[in-house]
Amino acid sequence: MLSPVILIAAVLNGLMAGAVYALVALGLTLIYGVLHIINFAHGALLTAAMFAAFFAFTLLGVDPYLAAFVLGPLFFAIGYALQRFVIGPAAHGEDRNFLLVTLGLAVVIENALLYFFRADTRTINLPYSFKVVEIGPAFVALPRIIAFWVVIAVAAALWTVMRWTDTGKAIRAVAKEKLGAELCGINVAHIYAITFGIGTGCVAVAACLLIPSYYVNPVAGEAFVLIAFTIVVLGGMGSIVGALIGGLCVGVVESFSSIFLGQSLGQIGIFIMFIVVLLARPSGLFGARP
Amino acid sequence: VKTYWPIILVVVLLAIVPFVTTSNVVLNFLITTLLIALVGQGWNLLGGYGGQYSFGHAAFFGTAAYTTAILQVQYGINAWLGLLAGIFAGALVGAVIGILCFRSGLRGSYFSLVTLAFAEVLRIVSSVTPITGAGVGTLIKLDLRPEAFQFQSRAPFYWIVLALFALSLLIVRAAENSRFGAYLVAIRENEDAASALGINTFAVKLTAMTVSAAITAAAGCFYAQYFLFIDAAIAYGPWISIDALLAPIVGGAGTLFASLLGALVIKVLGEATKLLTGDAPGLDLVIYGIVLIAVVGLAPRGVAGVLTTLLRRPVRALAKPGHDNA
Repeated sequence: MLSPVILIAAVLNGLMAGAVYALVALGLTLIYGVLHIINFAHGALLTAAMFAAFFAFTLLGVDPYLAAFVLGPLFFAIGYALQRFVIGPAAHGEDRNFLLVTLGLAVVIENALLYFFRADTRTINLPYSFKVVEIGPAFVALPRIIAFWVVIAVAAALWTVMRWTDTGKAIRAVAKEKLGAELCGINVAHIYAITFGIGTGCVAVAACLLIPSYYVNPVAGEAFVLIAFTIVVLGGMGSIVGALIGGLCVGVVESFSSIFLGQSLGQIGIFIMFIVVLLARPSGLFGARP
Repeated sequence: VKTYWPIILVVVLLAIVPFVTTSNVVLNFLITTLLIALVGQGWNLLGGYGGQYSFGHAAFFGTAAYTTAILQVQYGINAWLGLLAGIFAGALVGAVIGILCFRSGLRGSYFSLVTLAFAEVLRIVSSVTPITGAGVGTLIKLDLRPEAFQFQSRAPFYWIVLALFALSLLIVRAAENSRFGAYLVAIRENEDAASALGINTFAVKLTAMTVSAAITAAAGCFYAQYFLFIDAAIAYGPWISIDALLAPIVGGAGTLFASLLGALVIKVLGEATKLLTGDAPGLDLVIYGIVLIAVVGLAPRGVAGVLTTLLRRPVRALAKPGHDNA
């Protein structure tokens, strides 16, 4: 059972699956790093984006990978508006209220989707959905390979924006010292909303990468969010590189624990790794020690 | 002793409800409300007073529910002993998770997420191991005798859950009045400063977590006896953890009656939206979510916060001692 071929295939498949986790986590870690809130609405927004990608294909015939170019900016705008006009004003800057508001938002989005589209599970069929590519001794599904490289590209783009643009600098300034940034003339509410928008945009791209090989129903996003939380913590909260590497690690761990423990226990490996790492190194693998 | 009279008043008022009405709808509503209030009261002690936000109180609820159910079904042990065993098992899980988390100095969001992870691990494990009935769940045999913790009518169930909740009120009030409670609030306000003043923050947090887990565990045992069925999604599902924190935060975390007020608001809101929207699936919860956001936006300190301002504004002397530190 444990021939090297299986192991290599497991690692490759894990890396590819981990890439999408990483992208979901990327949005989450950015929001956490700047706003210092745990965004409970992340999963619901992912589900909403998956529905959007699904209907873009079934109603308009738009390929999911092309839809990403529209849905990314669209969800950026939605995220911006949500933070600027709903979450920010309702939370009064208190952590526990952020928690409740994003929780309430998740309930609203998920159940609105349930109301409109019922609990049916939907899938789409693309000519390349089931294509596999041979890499060395292993076979990997084509959508997963595409997803992997798109995620790398998005992460690189995000890193560049954060590093070299004025907006990126402003985001990092707000993350480090909110009051100081405000005194320098940075509009904190605007930056918060931008950050939330970027996080939501990441989720939309992730949804477009998922939909060719995954299903969508009103709770489809939830499965990813808990994993994304663990990745965020593993990678160190707020770290882009950490989220990327953490996501890939988690993908591999899940793929291995599926082999050793069986499909139904596959996710348990992730949570156990999460607990062990956190107990041993509370600031995550790549975060600075508090 | 003077600080206990609001508890006595509220509990006595609630206790006479079954004499006023025997309507199953009303009693069922109140039983589930008190159940959520009890779950939330456990969270309130640790999160509201101690500032340690657990996202995984389902771990204690579920462990207790499974303990009492499995002891009865598999080993034929009396349900009342099962209640004690369940509370003990829940408290034990709380203590173990507490030791692990607080030993490694986990705080804030890290603590929250690790508790969530523990609850998820337990959920996944219980959904596959044979002793919990795996995916099928565990059914407690119908045995309508008081000795078996099962009753013909709802009134005894109501009084039992009320008694459990009253006990939790007394525990929390006693904690408020004690040195331990003061330490706990000090840790919430500034853990480093509390530690610098010589408070053993580890011991205080661990005690709070264990007692908190025991209170929520009592609710888990009661759930198993009242509904006679549990499975992994019910026992360890995220909704228990969410209700546990929703009720006290909506009510005004860190105040004695927060959990009861919050549970009432949540239940009334839930039932009202259900009535309003009829059969359409999801629509009631959409409205529920919108109202929840609105409530948080308008009352950032919870219902207790609103009550205090309302009571204190006209005549300061009217302020109830029950809502003092909102």
